Amino acid sequence: MNSLWSLTLATLVKDIRLEWRSKDALNAMLFFSLQVVVIFVFSFDPLAEESRHIVGGLVWVAFLFAAVVALNQTWARELRNQVLDAYRVSPAPANALFLAKALGNFLFVVVLQALMVPLFVVFYNLRALGPGWQLIPVAGLGTWALVVNGTFFAAMSLRTRSREIMLPLLLFPISIPAVIAMVAGTTAILTGENSAHFYIVLLLTYDVVFTTACLALFETILHAE
Amino acid sequence: MTEVSPSISSTIVVENVIKQFGRFAALRGVSAEFDAGRFHAILGDNGAGKTTLLRALAGLARPTQGTISIFGKSPQAACRDIGYMAHPSLLYDEMSGMENLRYFARLYGISGDGRCAEAIRSVGLDPTLIRGVGQYSQGMRQRMSLARSVLHDPKVLLLDEPFSNVDVHSAREMVQLLKGRRDTGKTIFVVTHQAMLLEEIADEFIWMEAGQIVDRTTSVDRGANSCRGVL
Repeated sequence: MNSLWSLTLATLVKDIRLEWRSKDALNAMLFFSLQVVVIFVFSFDPLAEESRHIVGGLVWVAFLFAAVVALNQTWARELRNQVLDAYRVSPAPANALFLAKALGNFLFVVVLQALMVPLFVVFYNLRALGPGWQLIPVAGLGTWALVVNGTFFAAMSLRTRSREIMLPLLLFPISIPAVIAMVAGTTAILTGENSAHFYIVLLLTYDVVFTTACLALFETILHAE
Repeated sequence: MTEVSPSISSTIVVENVIKQFGRFAALRGVSAEFDAGRFHAILGDNGAGKTTLLRALAGLARPTQGTISIFGKSPQAACRDIGYMAHPSLLYDEMSGMENLRYFARLYGISGDGRCAEAIRSVGLDPTLIRGVGQYSQGMRQRMSLARSVLHDPKVLLLDEPFSNVDVHSAREMVQLLKGRRDTGKTIFVVTHQAMLLEEIADEFIWMEAGQIVDRTTSVDRGANSCRGVL
């Protein structure tokens, strides 16, 4: 177990270092999300009241699509020079690689959210009428739901010919329950009309189920030919 | 042609290994025993199955049929005893040689910089080089890749075309390095198209054609007639 976490940390540090030097994923995600914000602002120009009802959907769709960019990048760098084979021939546990990739993607998407949320607030004139602190568990659990499945399916589509297309085709349908919970939870908090408690529990359950499933199956995916 | 007799000290046993990719069979019933502490050069034309055999020995390609035993274990179970160098470098271009090796050392439970620096020096490179591996010359990358594969001091070294795109001087240096490792009891397999480089060093030449081992000799001469492209 000690080895699992120490290798997870070593791989995570390595991935952060690579991303810091190349900025492939962060730049692509940032510009993509920025475009979504600007395009929607000019398309809808909503009042504050309307914004509270639609922005939950907008913000999570933007993050979902942006996350796909990061998810593709995270495995693409393992394919360059076939570095993944060096991991496959080593005695390191497969789950250390999976956890590091999922945590790395989580971190990158959280950085993106930290940069983009103030823009959403400003452009859509947002103020939460419900308990604002609940946005933190909704965002955290929702983001994990996206990246844990995304990391898994991105690894699964690694060896397919058109993996950039395969990832959304696999990821989006399975993410529907999580996306519904994220959007409904965010809307409930922003409008203050309903409690977001149910959606937080739903996201927590979803995360536990899919994290367990991904960890159980990842070794098979890693060593598949 | 000099036949190499099987020895009871065989450490690597390949039994009737077939490897299929869809309908194409890259290995067609390969059976062989390889002695420990020897230098085996694997030769053959493109598509003969050399790389597939090496990947199967490394545990990267699971045989469709047949078994591979390394010191009595499957390649996956024997992974700590195997060092693998592929045709691509298996290194991160954006990180320096030392950063790369530090990471790969952790995968084998090796901590500290001592072993990494030693491995880099052993291939004639400078561990203090800070530029990314992507900015190395092809020869330097090949050497660093070799350093990565010997980092955990494996008993068996599997090297896929280690001399390709390397100048003659560097290639000869790498050969001497491998000879040194063989002399310390390591078992070495080298897939190469530059058989003459190994003429003085290799203990055995394994000739492959169409996914099968067709000959095993102690001299490189055999190829002059049947594997013209190799020499």
